[in-house]
Amino acid sequence: MAEATTTKSPTRNRGLEPSKAGDYRRWLRQMMLIRRFEEKAGEAYSLGKIGGFCHLYIGQEAVAVGSLAVLGPDDYITCSYREHGHALVRGVSARTVMAELFGKADGCSGGKGGSMHLFDASLGFLGGHAIVGGHIPLTTGMAFAIKYRNTSQVAVCYFGEAAVNNGAFHEALNMAALWKLPAVYICENNRYGMGTALERASAIYDISERASSYDMANEVVDGQDVLVVHAAMMRAVQRARADKHPTLLEVRTYRFMGHSMSDPIHGHYRTREEVEGQRKRDPIGVWSQRLIGEGMIDDAAVRAMDQEVAAEVEDAYQFADQAPDPAPEALYTDVYAHP
Amino acid sequence: MNLTYRDALNQALREEMQRDPDVFLMGEEVGVYQGAYKVSRGLLEEFGPMRVVDTPITELGFAGVGVGAAMVGLRPVVEFMTWNFALLAIDQLVNSAAKMRYMSNGQVGVPAVFRGPGGSALQLAAQHSQAFESFYAHIPGLKVVMPATPADAKGLLKSAIRDDDPVIFIEGEMLYNTKGEVPEGEHLVPLGKADVKRAGRDVTIICHSKTVGVALKAAEELAAAEVEAEVLDLRTIRPLDEEAVVTSVARTHRCVVAEEGWPFAGVGAQVVDIIQREVFDELDAPVIRVTGADVPMPYNKHLERAAKVDAARIVAAVNEVLYR
Amino acid sequence: MATRVVMEALSPTMEEGRLIEWKKGEGEAVAVGDVLAEVETDKAVMELTARAGGTLLKQVVPAGTTVPVSQLVALIGEPGEQVAMEPNGKERVADATTPAPATPAPPAPEPPAPVSGRMKASPLARRLAAERGIDLGSLHGSGPEGRVVLRDLERPGAVAGRPVAAARPVVRTAGGPAYTDTPLTPIRKTIAKRLAQSLGPVPTFYLTTEVDMERAWEARGALTGAGNGPKVSFNDIIIKCVALALRQHPACNAWWQDDHIRYWHEIHLSMAVAVEDGLITPVIRDADLKSLREIAAESQDLAGRARDRRLKPEEYTGGTFSVSNLGMLDIDEFTAIINPPEAGILAVGRIVQTAVAHDGQLALRRRMRLTMSCDHRVIDGATGARFLQTLKAMLENPLAMVY
Repeated sequence: MAEATTTKSPTRNRGLEPSKAGDYRRWLRQMMLIRRFEEKAGEAYSLGKIGGFCHLYIGQEAVAVGSLAVLGPDDYITCSYREHGHALVRGVSARTVMAELFGKADGCSGGKGGSMHLFDASLGFLGGHAIVGGHIPLTTGMAFAIKYRNTSQVAVCYFGEAAVNNGAFHEALNMAALWKLPAVYICENNRYGMGTALERASAIYDISERASSYDMANEVVDGQDVLVVHAAMMRAVQRARADKHPTLLEVRTYRFMGHSMSDPIHGHYRTREEVEGQRKRDPIGVWSQRLIGEGMIDDAAVRAMDQEVAAEVEDAYQFADQAPDPAPEALYTDVYAHP
Repeated sequence: MNLTYRDALNQALREEMQRDPDVFLMGEEVGVYQGAYKVSRGLLEEFGPMRVVDTPITELGFAGVGVGAAMVGLRPVVEFMTWNFALLAIDQLVNSAAKMRYMSNGQVGVPAVFRGPGGSALQLAAQHSQAFESFYAHIPGLKVVMPATPADAKGLLKSAIRDDDPVIFIEGEMLYNTKGEVPEGEHLVPLGKADVKRAGRDVTIICHSKTVGVALKAAEELAAAEVEAEVLDLRTIRPLDEEAVVTSVARTHRCVVAEEGWPFAGVGAQVVDIIQREVFDELDAPVIRVTGADVPMPYNKHLERAAKVDAARIVAAVNEVLYR
Repeated sequence: MATRVVMEALSPTMEEGRLIEWKKGEGEAVAVGDVLAEVETDKAVMELTARAGGTLLKQVVPAGTTVPVSQLVALIGEPGEQVAMEPNGKERVADATTPAPATPAPPAPEPPAPVSGRMKASPLARRLAAERGIDLGSLHGSGPEGRVVLRDLERPGAVAGRPVAAARPVVRTAGGPAYTDTPLTPIRKTIAKRLAQSLGPVPTFYLTTEVDMERAWEARGALTGAGNGPKVSFNDIIIKCVALALRQHPACNAWWQDDHIRYWHEIHLSMAVAVEDGLITPVIRDADLKSLREIAAESQDLAGRARDRRLKPEEYTGGTFSVSNLGMLDIDEFTAIINPPEAGILAVGRIVQTAVAHDGQLALRRRMRLTMSCDHRVIDGATGARFLQTLKAMLENPLAMVY
């Protein structure tokens, strides 16, 4: 019988462990990489090098970094369309991600997926999906396969808070809890589903309470603190591996940019003041200050790290810009397994 | 051996589950209930609850579970109690299953089979009598298979389960009790190959699933009037066996296409397109389609009969293309 | 007044003689006792000598013709004397024998024109017509709105309207369509359906009549001596009479077309010819409009080429009625099989001296039995019988043809 616990993780300082300083610094770098990458992607989009939709993760970096740090190489990850950051953290190179955004043959999906459909099966990174909530049952299926094969893998799903009103969310979580599957459902609650505030879309504000419908373990997590995210994810993953029980994590975060590049930063649905206020809890700033405070890094190193990351992103940009388009024949490949 | 269509499917599932441990069955009432149409009778007892999984009534959810499991290498057979209900799952079938391989540039496939009865039965009324094969046949990335006989049911289901692409496998409630000869031993029927169920020289009747039996009946009537009709069973709707269609109609010079579904943009419309493009100079008459009536299925017995394809309508169409 | 020279019985048993060669030409002076011609009898070659003097006005039959005894072979008279009778007994039809008329024969009238004016044809029919060199426009389409379809090419009459072979174009006196399609009336439908069920595809019945052929015999004899045209056979005479009789009985000149009957306004007679391994039916087109001379020439030509297998398809298709003659093979009578879609066929037996009651007395008369096979879906008993009556009357009084 699964424990139904709702825990609000403390946002106060938890002690940092000196032996993990390397990890901590890596997390900082990863968050910076995401930030610089997404800024560059925004720039590329406005220059017409990226077409269609482009959903930026700016402000939410701690969620991907803190949670993915817990997983092993055999675990499965499925995301929504706002997944550039997750791909980068999981290990898809900046070059390959940028090339995919540019639609080039060297992109991680051969230029055929685009921003919303990043895939790298060798890393267990199973997309990039564009139908809101549509991929949540996929994670349940992957967790089913893990149980079927009796391994200790975990299947993780990232989605936004607007997906939790969706039938697919409900069906997927019900089955995961019913059948006791090793899944972690991470709801990145950035408060706004496109232009609709959560209060206007959801009868219940505390998304984690949805889990009680399925008797599923759940937590509300401060998403702007990478360490808090990490700790919550540790618990959830442990529960999945050891007990084969799923968890719903409601990770409260904030996006500083609009829903996508086609949407205004605040528009009519939130105020500039709110956005500015939220920026004060920029996860990167919060974490770098923390590490500096703990003596695990210094300003110069942070700046150097930033420059290094910027160079990596610039390199990725150039790579993507010069990479070739897919061959015309690629139009017809991979529709079926054996043409 | 002489088997019912239902038992042929049961055998196919059993054999494939015995052969490949990655194959499992999932759907409503497939386990304890022994299957809503008894297609999965005995499987739970033989393979256990991990491989024969009863689901809640959540078509979208469990279709997605099937897709997810297939994405990481299992071979699920997802049963929809009827294809009417699968409308709820269409997002998973069309947006996930059909597209996964393409979007991922070949990295991630979905070797799943989605099966269940489609089309009408008797007086099940509007929401339970629909033939949707043309919906799925429209989607690149899916395969659509529709066996008409027990032998084809067994052979095609086995092939579908072994196929690495998502297969939409549409059976027929009215076919489950039909009997036919099924070859002994390992019996596989390839996807994408039509079958001449009756050879003839005067006209080709192209059909699939339930209309095959109706077409054969029409052919008997026509034979008594000295018209020899060739009955071509498509068996697989996508990919369609264009060569078989072209070869037959080029020889007989006349064609009638019979299908259960509605007329607009139905499977028959695609068949006619192939014929008019590839066999134009051999045609002695326009191709005539015989389809279900373009209405939601009525409940009343007589109205329902009038809405369905019967032998008389096929005979009339054949006479029309023969100018008789 | 000219003296008639007839074929004489140059031997006691002679019934007819073949005039091998003329010894005197037209316009030449003849004295009594001069040899006019050499004649082959049943026994030997004999000489036909002049019994009057004067000028040989006319060689009535060409050399090589076989003439029954007492049939006219020549006329002797005063130089410049006008000969009263027409040599062939033919009726004069406007332009029928004029060579090379100013305009060629008009093509078959178009089928009812489709609204758009385009020729409608199935792709298959179009392709095959092009391959076979058939003019689509000359075909009658049996499909909807006059669409030409496969069976229209394979049917007899597939080349309806092609100009008749070479130098004997025919002008129809009346314009208008070549046929009228009559939908089946309920009684016809019932008859068709019931009869077809009981007798197989073509419900056939047979009518027999015996014709007195004395006058026809004479007439043919007269024709034999006249002019240098082709020798006229009895079959030619029968063909001509059949054609004229069909004119009076158009209900017998029709095709069964499953859901309608095509009553042809043109008369094309299929003439059965035995060939080495079977039978072929060359068609004499517009037989009613042709002279006996033309029919004779054509039938000989067609029969010859039939036996040599040199007939073109358009020459053995398109008949509206058939005539089959086994008289030369000593058959008294027989029943012929109808050539679908035609509705009737006439089987002709041999002409034989028969003892019959004639004018109240026993006499030996040349008689011939005709048997007509009729498709009951198209021709009823009385209809067929009336046709035979007319035919018989014509054959028994050949001069009526000219009347």
